[in-house]
Amino acid sequence: MGGISLRRIGRALLVPALAVITALLIGAVVMLIFGDDPLAAYRGLFSGAFGNGRAWSTTIRKMTPLILTGLSVSVAFKAGLFNIGASGQFLIGTVFSVAVGVSFEGLPIYVHLPLALLAGILGGMLWGAIPGMLKVFTGAHEVIVTIMLNYVGALFAGWTVYAGGTQGQRPGPLWDPTAGAISETADVFPSAQLPWIFGPPYRVHWGVVLALLAAVLIWWLIFRTTVGFEMRTVGQNPRAARYAGMSVSRMVILAMVMAGGLAGLAGAIETLGLNHKFAPEFSGAVGFDGITVALLGQTNPFGVILAAFMLGALDAGAARMQFQSGVAADIIQVIQALVLAFVAAPAIIRQLFRLRRIPEQIEETTLRTSWGG
Amino acid sequence: MTKNGVLKKSQWIAGALAVAAVVMAVLVNTTALGQYTWLRVLFGVSALNFTLRASVPLVLGALCGILCERTGIINIGIEGMMLAGAFAAFVAKVATNDWPLLASLLFGVAIALAVGALMGLLHATLSIRYRMDQIISGTVIIILAAGTSAYLFDRDAVAQGKFGPVRIPLLADIPVIGDILFQNPPITYMALLLVVIVHVGLFYTRWGLRSRACGEHPRAADTVGINVNRYRYLNTMLGGALAGLGGGFLVLEAVGQFQEGMTAGRGFISLAAMIFGNWNPFGALAAATLFGYTQALQNELLLAGVTQAPRQFISMLPYVVTIVAVSGFVGRVRPPAAEGKVYETEGSSE
Repeated sequence: MGGISLRRIGRALLVPALAVITALLIGAVVMLIFGDDPLAAYRGLFSGAFGNGRAWSTTIRKMTPLILTGLSVSVAFKAGLFNIGASGQFLIGTVFSVAVGVSFEGLPIYVHLPLALLAGILGGMLWGAIPGMLKVFTGAHEVIVTIMLNYVGALFAGWTVYAGGTQGQRPGPLWDPTAGAISETADVFPSAQLPWIFGPPYRVHWGVVLALLAAVLIWWLIFRTTVGFEMRTVGQNPRAARYAGMSVSRMVILAMVMAGGLAGLAGAIETLGLNHKFAPEFSGAVGFDGITVALLGQTNPFGVILAAFMLGALDAGAARMQFQSGVAADIIQVIQALVLAFVAAPAIIRQLFRLRRIPEQIEETTLRTSWGG
Repeated sequence: MTKNGVLKKSQWIAGALAVAAVVMAVLVNTTALGQYTWLRVLFGVSALNFTLRASVPLVLGALCGILCERTGIINIGIEGMMLAGAFAAFVAKVATNDWPLLASLLFGVAIALAVGALMGLLHATLSIRYRMDQIISGTVIIILAAGTSAYLFDRDAVAQGKFGPVRIPLLADIPVIGDILFQNPPITYMALLLVVIVHVGLFYTRWGLRSRACGEHPRAADTVGINVNRYRYLNTMLGGALAGLGGGFLVLEAVGQFQEGMTAGRGFISLAAMIFGNWNPFGALAAATLFGYTQALQNELLLAGVTQAPRQFISMLPYVVTIVAVSGFVGRVRPPAAEGKVYETEGSSE
């Protein structure tokens, strides 16, 4: 890592910042072409994200799971793996944490809450371990396996709260009988809920602190420990890692387990802090957004926090934008894809803004994945 | 005969299974065996018809993957190209609702092909010119297609009419087999034909030999005067067009309308079919049929109500089978050697 200089940080931020600006500009052009008013849209977007205290609290709330799924994808990237499976891991984490949250009535909060959070991490770890082990033992590529596990995970999560079928299908284990024909769980007990930080109008729960702590922990782990060093070596040059006596297989599995745990924690936090229950409609889309967050944050934990803040603000403002200006909130997804494109191909941005080549070591962001081996 | 044309053991197994399925289908649909519900679920005409229908987009997607990867471009964006093709076909069909039905549908097909090719061009540009990691470029394609189609989708628009089945005279009269194979709508025939065309093209023409050289040993290809990147651009666009056609199939032939995210993972399953089929068109066809069959089975099981298993587990079938297939066989197949690597001519820096 070396010393931290402002100049270095400024350079590292330059391309992502320009990428975001360019994406917003292109988004505006797209809106103009299809007869929407980009100025009104962006005004709505801004006021929905930062307009007042409540807007800020929405931004922070949206940012929280994105930090964790962004970390999830980043950790995998560090080991040279592409984890597209954060959304499945998120959902399994959700289900595990709800399972603990709706059981064990009467436990004190300092036992019940950590237990529920750990259950979420464990669920995500299990779901992340599968592609890691399959890659190591059979060579199955993690991209395909994680994508397929997203579907399987969503279906499995849906089954756990399934209200039962007309042909004698039994209801799922977490289904709440008092909900009747609706497939959902009961609310988790208050002793398993993450408390609010501020009073009622500002719905910010302690999950955001957990997410920030996780980012610091992951930074320490990756850049300050032997395990992190081995993981990065495996990611950058598996052959060299093998010659140096490191176990590539162990690192691959470990990275996927960690990635899964982080996404699972995201699911747990989202449930225990916000929804307090699970229903099949709850999507794991933040898992997919984790890819954009990780790339925008250059897979650096602190970059991930900034990127999650950016994307959280976009998400928070989208609803207000649609309400205020009538522009479909889906445009945000287009903008996010453009941001992703520009950060993943800094050459485009450099060409557009006639930037000089940025020193290689900053540019080197391990955005390399492998396919064959 | 090239090495690549030789059937692998897994392909023999797939072939044997297919023959066994056809024999069972004929027996179940013509003899007293048809009285067993379970056998009807597994081998009924409706299950096998559904298999073929479910396989078509998978076959087209897998051919897209083969064209790209054989020249050295990894394409995990098939899902996005397919979705873009589906949406484009829908928009084109809605815009020409007042044309004669056939003209309007063919226009839809043309636009699906064109938009698919454009997505291929985007993927090639990002990964060749801007040297973006090809897997990430594919992800960009997927998110872009999903976001753009959701943003532009007019939920009140209705496409009127879709392709109907075309009977092939005489062949369609064969019992059972005729019902399954020779009474299909046009894109289905086209997809099967494309398998043959891509196979012949890849293994028996100059274009195919050169394409494969770009994917296996671009330096050597360059040395003998082949413009590696031009082949990569061309084939990624051709592949994109096929994936677009797969999307067009969903809108113009299978469903008749567009739904957000309607490709539902088919692009990814195609990718698995490509790997499972060892980057060969006929192998991919066999794999796609297998995956299509799991989807058909899912459908038939839910309809027949013969099982008390929750529907979620039945719906997992295609995805679980994909994972098993990829885990069980990927170690024994070999991707093109130069896949995913940017090719630069010697001495060039930018």
